[in-house]
Amino acid sequence: MFNYTIRRLLLAVPTLLLISFLIFLLLDLAPSDPTANLPLTIPPEVREKIRISLGLGEAFHIRFLLWCKQFFYNETLNILEQWWGWDFGGDRLRVLSWQTRSPVVDTIVQRIPQTLWVVGMSYIVGILIAVPIGILSAYKQYSWFDQIGTFVSMVGYSVPTFFTGVLVIVIFSVWLGWFPSIYDTTLVVNDWSSFLQQVKQMIMPVSVLALYNAAQISRFMRASMLDNLNQDYVRTARAKGIRERSVILVHVLRNSLIPVVTVIALGVPQVFGGAIITEQVFKVNGLGQLLIIAIQAGDVPTVQTLTFIFAVLIVFFNLIADVLYGILDPRIRYD
Amino acid sequence: MTETTIHSLQGDQDPSSPGRDIWDQFKTHRGAVLGLGFFIFIILAVAFGPYIWGIDAQFIDIRARNQGPSLLHPLGTDQLGRDTLARLLVGGRVSLSVGIVAMVLSLFLGTLIGVVAGFFSWIDGLLMRLTDLFLALPLLPLLLVIIMLFRDTLRTAFGPETGIFILIVFVIGITSWMQAARIVRGDVLALKEQEFVLASRSVGTPSRRMITRHILPNILSPILVSATLGIANAIITESVLSFLGLGFPSDFPTWGRLLFDSTDYLQQYPERVIWPGLAISLTVLSVNYIGDGLRDALDPRIRGR
Repeated sequence: MFNYTIRRLLLAVPTLLLISFLIFLLLDLAPSDPTANLPLTIPPEVREKIRISLGLGEAFHIRFLLWCKQFFYNETLNILEQWWGWDFGGDRLRVLSWQTRSPVVDTIVQRIPQTLWVVGMSYIVGILIAVPIGILSAYKQYSWFDQIGTFVSMVGYSVPTFFTGVLVIVIFSVWLGWFPSIYDTTLVVNDWSSFLQQVKQMIMPVSVLALYNAAQISRFMRASMLDNLNQDYVRTARAKGIRERSVILVHVLRNSLIPVVTVIALGVPQVFGGAIITEQVFKVNGLGQLLIIAIQAGDVPTVQTLTFIFAVLIVFFNLIADVLYGILDPRIRYD
Repeated sequence: MTETTIHSLQGDQDPSSPGRDIWDQFKTHRGAVLGLGFFIFIILAVAFGPYIWGIDAQFIDIRARNQGPSLLHPLGTDQLGRDTLARLLVGGRVSLSVGIVAMVLSLFLGTLIGVVAGFFSWIDGLLMRLTDLFLALPLLPLLLVIIMLFRDTLRTAFGPETGIFILIVFVIGITSWMQAARIVRGDVLALKEQEFVLASRSVGTPSRRMITRHILPNILSPILVSATLGIANAIITESVLSFLGLGFPSDFPTWGRLLFDSTDYLQQYPERVIWPGLAISLTVLSVNYIGDGLRDALDPRIRGR
């Protein structure tokens, strides 16, 4: 198992390098000019100097290697310096945003908490809703509870989050006026009333994303429970006289959770991607919104870095899912 | 008298043709039948609706702007006085054709790569690593990047509408073939070991004939199921792009674009977001139900019961 993890980690390095190269190539192929939005009165030679100052004067492979050095080496040293207060000395060039001329990584670090609060919370809420629903629907297959559960999860899966998001804004902010439609990130939670306000503004985005996540996970949970309920070991457990409750919640549940846990792990990076829309609907200034703004402004370093971070998340959680599968299910051995 | 006996005999003779069995099983899934009915209704509505509902979707009647539902405009008008029902019908045409064309493209790619990887073992490893690489790409951010960066080029090359259509269909197609490829490859690998393939190989069937004659008909059911899921996925992706402001231009309505435009008037006219949203949701829901029913109907293990 350990060997397998190490092997996969080593394999992830060239994969990620290749992905970052592909993203860089794509951004470079595109005919976008970072100086296009500047005033037309700027003379062409000054414009050319601006382009060179942005680092566009070099050849493609040199710019790619420079980005690699800035991102993988300089930024890592910076993080180490900040966390442990070490001093490596020297003036290192960081990955700078073309929009703000500030380091991209700092902006990302500022945006992460908002995304994590909304998205992370919604994923947890979604899992907490989905697992009991899945268990109950499978146990009472074809009952009215199962029918309703299936229908609701089908709806939750089919209705896109930008529609449910807008719909809850119409109902709860426009008509009823219960919750604010815009997420206020400057709110500091220091007493009871500001805490209530935070809860209020989180309810809508969290529940919209949670419905979507719960719909998918509860389908998996139900299918996995159904696979296990007809197995021989369940009959044996019942024949031994174990109470129905512990047959379901101990024997069956533990076995059915194995594929579900991996599905949950695989879903984490997709949730970050899906959050782009929810963040746009509720005006949360998280990572997704940062990406949209950067794309619209043609800010290549920010787009490159953010997309690469999303890719790292995907590769990393794929690895976690595979390793978890091996740990949880002793029948699966990779070595 | 004789005619009826012959008729009933013929009816009895053919009780277990595969198509009939599948349809019988499909009919038992109530949601799937409802979904199929609704999907056909939507297709007919967007195909012929604009001819029956005579109002031009682009016609601007500024004096009749921001109206509520009335006999003249059953779903009201927008901020420029354009009829919402007409725009919804025309928008559905674009959304559905993007969904269907993108699905065909992604299924073609997925089936091609899946069959080639499953059938020719020397290239299997390479193609599957490629699939893994695509699965590891952050797709939504990349979609946004590609569209943002290439839309002006394509617009000048093919005109504003066709250019964006080609770009969106192409981009959705090349980023959603991986699941189909994996499923198809798995099925082809299992098929390749069966006796009839061996028999056909022993009489000297060339690989190309083997694929078209023996492999493809046998993997039709997973392809069909992926096709329905692919339509749903492509419709959602197109509306996400339009919703983020990176899809079709605003005088060229799609359901996602209509929803995006309506959100600006959310405070004053909240009912306006509901129609395009409902259209997207119901279409995707019906397609997903069709897929669910098809999966049950095409699975021989379930069909027996």
